[in-house]
Amino acid sequence: MLPDMIKRQTPSKMMVYLSPVLALCLTLLAGIFLFLIMGVSPLDALHAFFIEPVSSLYGLSELGVKATPLVLIGVALSLGFRAGVWNIGAEGQLIIGGLCGGAVALYFYQKTGFYIIPLILLAGIAGGMLWAAIVAFLRTQFNANEILTSLMLSYVAGLLLNLMVHGPLKDPEGFNFPESRMLSDSAILPTLFEATRFHIGALIALLVVAVGRVLIAKTLLGYQIKVMGDAPDAGEHAGFSRSRIIWITLLMSGGVAGLAGIIEVSGPIGQLLPSISPGYGFTAIIVAYVGRLHPLGVLFAALLLALTYLGGEEAQMILNLPVAVTGVFQGLLLFFLLASDVLIHYRLQFKKRLTVETVVKS
Amino acid sequence: MMELFIPAILTIITAATPLLFAALGELVTEKSGVLNLGIEGMMVIGAITGFVTVHLTGSATLAILASLLAGAIMSSIFAVLVLKLHASQVPTGLALTIFGIGLSALIGQSMIGVAYQGLPVISIPVLSSIPVLGELLFKHDILVFMSIVMVGAVMWFLYRTRYGLILRAVGDSHEAAHAMGYPVIKIRFLATLFGGAMSGVGGAYLSLAYSPLWVEQMTAGRGWIALALVVFATWRPGRVLLGAYLFGGITILQLHAQALGIGVPSQVMSMLPYLATIIVLVIISSDRSRIKLNSPASLGKSFHPSR
Repeated sequence: MLPDMIKRQTPSKMMVYLSPVLALCLTLLAGIFLFLIMGVSPLDALHAFFIEPVSSLYGLSELGVKATPLVLIGVALSLGFRAGVWNIGAEGQLIIGGLCGGAVALYFYQKTGFYIIPLILLAGIAGGMLWAAIVAFLRTQFNANEILTSLMLSYVAGLLLNLMVHGPLKDPEGFNFPESRMLSDSAILPTLFEATRFHIGALIALLVVAVGRVLIAKTLLGYQIKVMGDAPDAGEHAGFSRSRIIWITLLMSGGVAGLAGIIEVSGPIGQLLPSISPGYGFTAIIVAYVGRLHPLGVLFAALLLALTYLGGEEAQMILNLPVAVTGVFQGLLLFFLLASDVLIHYRLQFKKRLTVETVVKS
Repeated sequence: MMELFIPAILTIITAATPLLFAALGELVTEKSGVLNLGIEGMMVIGAITGFVTVHLTGSATLAILASLLAGAIMSSIFAVLVLKLHASQVPTGLALTIFGIGLSALIGQSMIGVAYQGLPVISIPVLSSIPVLGELLFKHDILVFMSIVMVGAVMWFLYRTRYGLILRAVGDSHEAAHAMGYPVIKIRFLATLFGGAMSGVGGAYLSLAYSPLWVEQMTAGRGWIALALVVFATWRPGRVLLGAYLFGGITILQLHAQALGIGVPSQVMSMLPYLATIIVLVIISSDRSRIKLNSPASLGKSFHPSR
């Protein structure tokens, strides 16, 4: 018998935090089922997916490397989502950020100096902002739906990067491979630990978490963002400008996505390739939701989803499973989370047998 | 001239057909007040289901039916979350796309490099032997004919039948429709299933006819373009047809420009459909009152009957 859904008087605070845990458990259950269908021992698979990658120091450092772009973009997107601004094209902003920063790094190829890294990071931020500014402009001036324009621009960005590494930015000594040359040492982000790829980008990500937390909880802008998302009419009545919020949230998320892009290029990748992201911009949408659109929550959610990337690679190496399992897990997690979230606003009541008493009561 | 013209038109038709299926389905879904952003995911699942089925059974008919069913199943996940569990429609649609792309890649792992000869071409007797026109209008695979039939069927259903009127009423004001005793949730569920089934077939067209093989993420954003087409068409089936063929035309520009020796990099040509989508959206959306007048008033809003 299906239970009835009764609307709660007030949303459940507890379920806001329990729902991601419940969703994770359901995802694991579904994962076990999936592995059984694929003819793999679920225990082996889950071990490869979730334990093996983080059972060494190097593995943990890789988790940090993968989580860095997810934290950055996740925090930035959650600000926009709170305001009801649907920037789905962070992937494109990441790519353009990586491309702009990478191009500047290649321009200063023979230079050395402390100024190069800040300069390329700024170029990355500017690139991402520019790409998001197109979306904001089309939204505020022409009312064009930001979901569709930002997404279309992601495809354009991917093709633009492809064009650049096949053309102007191609390594002149690279045997015609579609890759740029390796960035010079002074354009590579320093690593924090010896023999790992864990770089200072992770610290930047933590800084962004802190800034995001203060911005949303302590500033007038944060308040305006929340009001515009929850009650746009009330916000406009209070004199908050809808266009201003759209511009600010898009520029912020675009800039941070661009920063994530250049951090990838001048961090773990070290050069421009036809593809510089395994879909971080899209996964960050899941990160934002699993993290409850809250900067600290995003931090934990990013670690979890970074683990699905590492787990996918590990499962491919050990069990010969296709990497695509990662995408399936990520999609399932978001499904189960959205389903579990029903418990925030509703409680379940199993149907009682009809008695005179219950009929009279109702 | 003709030997250049006819193949060009035929390419437009094959490029337009998947968009037409997906956009028509989404139009019906949106007319009932549900915004499903998961078209891309449902299309790509339809594509792999159709391809696997034709590979296993050899039957194109079964393949089309299977992709239809797969699209409907995908959309039913969305429908349960959104209509029964009151999940927000935007993130749920995105989840459907992410899930669909992942699952199709998983299923398609063993299908990479497998070939299929493509859907058989049906020549309508007598008519297909008319010079030029016969070739253009009466010699296609079954899905091209079906897509055109569906345009008429959707128009007839929405504007000439009682159920179509009810569906539009649900999309414009679910409160009023509910008060009149119509089952809002059930109607939306069915409209969402229809949208999923059509997206599934649209996806199958890609893997069975447009380029009969399996490539990961072979939908390449067509689900999103279909979504934009619905806005472009201001929620009218006839204009969806026009829009789909317009986009088909842009796609062939991309294919034929290089053959004609135009010195533009292939990547720039590949950007055209996406840029065109943006431009078209801007032109249509800038007339705010027109969008407001034509879009279903309850689009994207959750409905929970308060007795």
